[in-house]
Amino acid sequence: MDQLCDLLDVLCPMHLKLDRTGHIDHVGPTLAKLRPGEIMVGERFLEVFELRRPRSVKNMADLMGFARSKLHLRFRDTPRTGLKGVLVPAPDGGGGAVIDLSFGISVVDAVRDYALTAADFAHTDLTIEMLYLVEAKSAAMEASRKLNQRLQGAKIAAEEQAFTDTLTGLKNRRAMDHVLARVVENGGRFALMHLDLDYFKAVNDTKGHAAGDHVLQEVARILVEETRSDDTVARIGGDEFMLLFADRMNRRRLDDICGRLIERLEKPIVHGDAECRISASIGVTMSEDYPDRDIARMQEDADIALYASKHKGRACHTFYDISLRNAAYIGAAPPGRGDVTLR
Amino acid sequence: MLPQTEQMAMHGLINRAIQCFYRDTYGAPAWAELVRALDLDFTEFEPMLQYDSALTYRMIDAMASALGKNREFVLEDVGTFLITNPAAEAPRRLLRFGGYTFLDFLHSLDDLPDRARLAVEDLVLPALELREHGLNQFSLRCSGDPPGMGHVLVGVLRAMADDYGALVFLEHAGTVHGTEVIEITLIEAAFAEGRSFELGLARAEGV
Repeated sequence: MDQLCDLLDVLCPMHLKLDRTGHIDHVGPTLAKLRPGEIMVGERFLEVFELRRPRSVKNMADLMGFARSKLHLRFRDTPRTGLKGVLVPAPDGGGGAVIDLSFGISVVDAVRDYALTAADFAHTDLTIEMLYLVEAKSAAMEASRKLNQRLQGAKIAAEEQAFTDTLTGLKNRRAMDHVLARVVENGGRFALMHLDLDYFKAVNDTKGHAAGDHVLQEVARILVEETRSDDTVARIGGDEFMLLFADRMNRRRLDDICGRLIERLEKPIVHGDAECRISASIGVTMSEDYPDRDIARMQEDADIALYASKHKGRACHTFYDISLRNAAYIGAAPPGRGDVTLR
Repeated sequence: MLPQTEQMAMHGLINRAIQCFYRDTYGAPAWAELVRALDLDFTEFEPMLQYDSALTYRMIDAMASALGKNREFVLEDVGTFLITNPAAEAPRRLLRFGGYTFLDFLHSLDDLPDRARLAVEDLVLPALELREHGLNQFSLRCSGDPPGMGHVLVGVLRAMADDYGALVFLEHAGTVHGTEVIEITLIEAAFAEGRSFELGLARAEGV
């Protein structure tokens, strides 16, 4: 029997041998390493290990009934490392048994917790290869993760630097700020329109975001068609647009442009089965009214004029005038921004 | 070895390792200077992408001329750096999985390309073959692309011997029919303490 143990120590270093009464009479070298300073030999197997599956095992006779089956067990004391095992009756016919154990899926933790080395595993055991693979894959995964992070960072940076609104292809707020700064610098005359869609929220709410997106794209198309190539059209918010008309402009021409824009925007926009109806309110400012060319003030005033259009009942345009600043509704709840009613 | 003229892909991990070697050893300004000299339109190699291999040879040549060293020495230094760089433990650890002793490790080298491919599917390393010529006398044959890998291996083996605490004599014995030959004499397997190696690690270090 000693010969058998010598052989098993090499082939299955986590085996143990039980005598006919279910007491441990030999422990493989790696298994012994899991409980240093503890002598398992002489202990009753079922007192050292808790059998988790099958659960019904109470004694050696029960245990022998599960020969060749897969056993799930764990140490009764801490660390309560989970183990897999298989029992075969000892070949000497003396009523004893050999049980071989392995870590199963808990092997990565077990190897760390017990500081096991390659020498603790049989040469044929694939544990070392598995540990290698786990570590190699973690390293490769980490490299991939870092690459993804860098790409994500680059994407965000690129978006932040972008001048284009991705949904409509129009310029964005950033681009508009650049254009405004340039025209102010060049000293030319220009007009600024702040355009806000009416009833757009209702389209989004009742027809869905896809319809809303489609409407925004159609609006963008109309705005581009109704302006010249020297003009700048930007989407500066959800349903807010800013238009810059380069060169000299007079009120009559701006009146015409606003009228045409609103007329075209009011034509139903078809999306699938849905007919989306919107309009627009516009506020207009002209650079000749600002001798100091204060662009921030101009934008603010365009917004006030837009606000006045909303107040007038929407679907119209208003030129900024100082009197608008003193109007009673300034500072009250906006009547037209975030419409809920559908005409 | 002469640089290959036809276009071949080089794994970013290799370029990245060479970059880290140069930057960490000679400083970020030296690396920036090299990037300018090579006229790269990026400043860092991505370890998970592929590059034209011609760029790798240009990079090695540029390093050799900047340092006033032979290309072979640069390659060997890259190999040593791979194993000893404390910022990236993965290569050393993964190689240590190859064997419990330095001798086991030497015998595991035949499997190295397969092991590398298990870790990173598209990382192709030259075929390696260890031959025994009597007690403690070996030769390692290294064939296939990328050429010059034998010199990198000399650096790797030197550092790994140190890691295991083994005393070895290593010599690149030249190239025969595209196969690089490294002569290895294992003078003493347990010469020094070596560095400890625990199989279990909380988390593998990035490369």
